[in-house]
Amino acid sequence: MLTRLSNVIPRTRPSSAATSPEPLNRWRARWARRAGVPVVLLLGSLLLSGCNAMTFGGFRGVTVQAKDEFKLWQGMLIAGFIVGGIVYALIFWSSVMYRRRHADYIPHQFHSNKPIEIIYTTLPILIIVGIFYFTVVTENEVDAVSSTPSEIVHVVAYRWGWQFSYDSGYNVSQGVLIKTAAEPKLLALPFASNEYPRLLLPQGETVRIVLTSADTIHGFYVPEFNFSRYAQPGVTNEFDFTPTTIGTYSGQCTQYCGLYHSEMRFSVQVVTPAKFQQWLTTTQTSQAQGAA
Amino acid sequence: MTLLTDRPKVSDDDHGAGGHDGEHHGPVGIMKWLTSTDHKVIGMSYTITSFVMFLIAGLFAIMIRVQLTGPDSTIVSQHTYNELFTMHGSLMIYLFIGPFAFGGLANYIVPLQVGAPDMAFPRLNAFSYWLYLTGSLIMIGGFLTVGGSADFGWVAYAPLSDAVNSPGAGPDMWIVALMLTGFSAIFTGVNLVTTIFYLRAPGMTMFRVPIFTWNMLVTGILILIAFPVLFGALVMLWCDRHLGTHIFSVVGGGVPVLWQNLFWFWGHPEVYIIALPFFGVVTEVLPVFSRKPLFGYRGMIFATISIAALSTAVWAHHMFTTGTVLLPFFSLMSYFIAVPTGIKFFNWIGTMWRGSVILNTPMLFSIGFLLLFLGGGVTGIFLASPPIDFATHDTYFVVAHFHQVIFALVFGAFSAIYYWHPKFFGRMLRDGLGKISFWLMIVGSFVMLTPMYLVGLRGMPRRIAEYAATDGWTFENRLVTIGSLMIFVGVAVTLVNLVVSWRKPVFCGANPWDANSLEWATSSPPPHHNFDSIPPIRSERPVWDANHPDFTTHDHGLSPAEPAEVSV
Repeated sequence: MLTRLSNVIPRTRPSSAATSPEPLNRWRARWARRAGVPVVLLLGSLLLSGCNAMTFGGFRGVTVQAKDEFKLWQGMLIAGFIVGGIVYALIFWSSVMYRRRHADYIPHQFHSNKPIEIIYTTLPILIIVGIFYFTVVTENEVDAVSSTPSEIVHVVAYRWGWQFSYDSGYNVSQGVLIKTAAEPKLLALPFASNEYPRLLLPQGETVRIVLTSADTIHGFYVPEFNFSRYAQPGVTNEFDFTPTTIGTYSGQCTQYCGLYHSEMRFSVQVVTPAKFQQWLTTTQTSQAQGAA
Repeated sequence: MTLLTDRPKVSDDDHGAGGHDGEHHGPVGIMKWLTSTDHKVIGMSYTITSFVMFLIAGLFAIMIRVQLTGPDSTIVSQHTYNELFTMHGSLMIYLFIGPFAFGGLANYIVPLQVGAPDMAFPRLNAFSYWLYLTGSLIMIGGFLTVGGSADFGWVAYAPLSDAVNSPGAGPDMWIVALMLTGFSAIFTGVNLVTTIFYLRAPGMTMFRVPIFTWNMLVTGILILIAFPVLFGALVMLWCDRHLGTHIFSVVGGGVPVLWQNLFWFWGHPEVYIIALPFFGVVTEVLPVFSRKPLFGYRGMIFATISIAALSTAVWAHHMFTTGTVLLPFFSLMSYFIAVPTGIKFFNWIGTMWRGSVILNTPMLFSIGFLLLFLGGGVTGIFLASPPIDFATHDTYFVVAHFHQVIFALVFGAFSAIYYWHPKFFGRMLRDGLGKISFWLMIVGSFVMLTPMYLVGLRGMPRRIAEYAATDGWTFENRLVTIGSLMIFVGVAVTLVNLVVSWRKPVFCGANPWDANSLEWATSSPPPHHNFDSIPPIRSERPVWDANHPDFTTHDHGLSPAEPAEVSV
C-alpha cells in the first residue's frame, strides 16, 4: 500500500540537495557514525540486563496470584512496546522526513486510502480481542477463591489504621491515631518502624482475606502481591493469597481517606507454615493470658 | 446530510449593529467585557479566566512537587498538602481544561468555522460565562474559610465527603461551585449543538464542517449526557451533608459506592469532553502545516462519534478494585475505545505523510500532543485490564497515566493558543520563544512522567504527603520535580511571548498560515458581525479551495448548483 502511495507523489527536493548530493551523504554518514556508538551501547545494555529489563519496572510477585498478574503484565508490555513503538516511529518519520524543503511546494493532495484505512481499523480490533482473552483468563485466576482456605483473616480498615483478626482467635489492631484522643496524635514512629500492624501469612498455603472498612473508603494494597482492593463500609470483599516467598513486604492504604492517609501503613510477613502455627498458638496464649 | 440552502439568510440585526460596514457601536472598555453577548468577547473572557486557573493550579502543582522532592518532607503540613492536591485537580479539571476548550476556544472558533455571526443563544452564552466565573471564585474562595478549602480529593468520594469527615464551609463551597460551573457547561453544550445544527452557512453540509467544529458538536452532546448526572450527584451529596438524608451513608441504609457510579458516569464522558476539543485542535493544525487535506475526514468523524458513544459505557473501569462491578464488560468496552483512537492516530500520521511539514510552534505543540497522548493511551490500555489495574490502582502509575493524557491536552491548548492567537488579536506570537517554550515543556513532561510511572510500579500510592527514605522512591521523585520545574519555565516563556507580542506587535493579515477553514476568511480580529462575505463552501477547506484552485480535493458531496459566493 505504501509503495503504491509513493508512486503517485511527485517528490520535489530543494535544488541544493539535488545538485550536490555528496555533502548530504557525508553529513549522514558522519551522524550515523556518531549515533552508532550510543545506540549500540544502549541496545547492548538492554540485552545484558536481560531478564531484569523484562520486568518493565513491575514486581515479579510473591504470591501465586501475583505471578499470574506478572505474566499478563509482561505480555501486555511487550505488545504495548511493539504497537506503541511502530506508531512512535511513524510519527517521528512523518514529522521529520517530510518537513518542508521548499517554501512554494504544495504536496500531492491525497486524503484517503480505503485499503489502508480498513487495515488500521480491523487490526486493532483483532489485537484487542487477543489481549481481552488473556485479561479474562488472568482475571479469573487472580480473583478465584478457594473453597477450603487454610486460614481466614478478617481485615478492617479504619482512619487511620488496620485491624487483622484471624479466625483462630488472634487479633491485632494498630494505626497512627488513637480515635479516643481529642487532639489527633501520631502514635507510630514515622515509616519503616516496626510499629505498623503486621499481617502474618503462611508460605505455600491459601489464605482468605475478608476485607471491609469501619468508616471511609480505604485501599488495601501490597505492592509485591500485585494486588489492591478497596475496603468499603457496607461492602465485604473476599480474595485469596497463596504466598510463595518468605519475607516482609510493605503495605499501604491507597485510597485517599483524609488527614493521615500517608501514614496508614502495614506490613505483611510471610513465614513457614510451622512458624505460622507456632506464632498463632503462642500469641493466642499470650492474648488469652492478657485478657485473663 | 442536510443542505440548509432554503433557510433565511443569517444577519446580525439582533445585535442592533445594522448594516455590513464592519462598525459596531456597542459599549467599549470594561463595559464591553461586562455586558457583551458577542461570542468573541465571551470566548476571550473564558480563555483568559481559564488560563488564569491553569496558572493557579500549576502553582499548586509546583508546591506539591516541592513537598515530594525528598523523603520525610514537612515543608507543608499534611492538611495543607491535602488541600493543595484537591484544589490542583479541581481547578485543572473543572475550571481550566474543560472551560478553556468548550467555553473559550469553541465559543470563539465554532461560529466562525460554520460561517455564523454569533452563537445561537448569545444571552445564554453570556450567562454561561458569568456562572462559570462565579463558580470559579466560590471554589477558590474556599481557602478563605476557617477550615480551609475542600480537601477530599477532586473526586470527593463518599463517605469521606460527608459532613462528619469533611465538615466546614470549604467543602460546601466546592459543591456549590461545581453546581454553577456544571450548569455553565450544560448551557454551553446547548449553545454549541444548536449553533452547529442550525447556523451553518449555505453550502456547509455536515460533511463539510471542519473537524474541530465536528468535535465540539460531539462534545456538546456528551456534556448534555454527562453533566446532569454530576449535578444530581452533587444535590444528593448536599442533602446528605445538610438535610439529613442518607443516600451515601451506610448508617442510614445508603450506598457509598453509588457516589462512585454517579461521579464516574459523569467522569468518564468528561475525559472525552475535555479531550475531543483538543483532538479537534490537532486535527485543524496538522493539515494546515502539512499543506495537505486531512487524511480520512469521514473516518475521523466516525471515530469521534464512536469514542463518545463508548465513553458512556466505561465508567466503572475507575472502580475495578471496588469488587462491585462487572469486570469483563467494562474492560472490553475500555479496550474498544483504543480502536477509534487508533484510527485517529493513523489519520493524523496519514495527514503528515508525504506532506510539506512546517515545524513551527503550533505544529510542534500538536506533534507534542501526539507523542504524549500515544504514551498515555498505551498505558491506558494496560489499566483497562483489571488484573493490571489491581496491581497499580491508586498508585503513581495511574497518576502518570492521566497526567500524560491530560498534559497532551495542554499541548493541544498551547497549539491552539499559538495557532489562533493571530486570529484573536491580529498579531503573531514569536516563533523562537514558542519553540523554546515547546522544547522545555516536551522534555520536561517526559522527565516528569517516566519516573512517575516507575515509582508507581514500585508501589508509591497517590495523594500521600510524605514517604520514607527506606521506600526507595527518592531518586524518581527528584526527577519528577525537575521535570515539573522545566514545564513551569516553559509555560513562563509562553507568558513572556504573550507580553512581547503585546508590547512589540508583529501584525498579520486575515490568513497568516495559509489555512483551510472559514475563520481565516475574515479579518484578524474578526469584525463584530464576523463576515462581510464568505467564499463558496465545496469541501471542509473553503479558504484553501479559494486560495489554491488548482489543488482542491472536493470530490465528496459536491453539488454543482451551489452559489459561487455567499453574501451575508
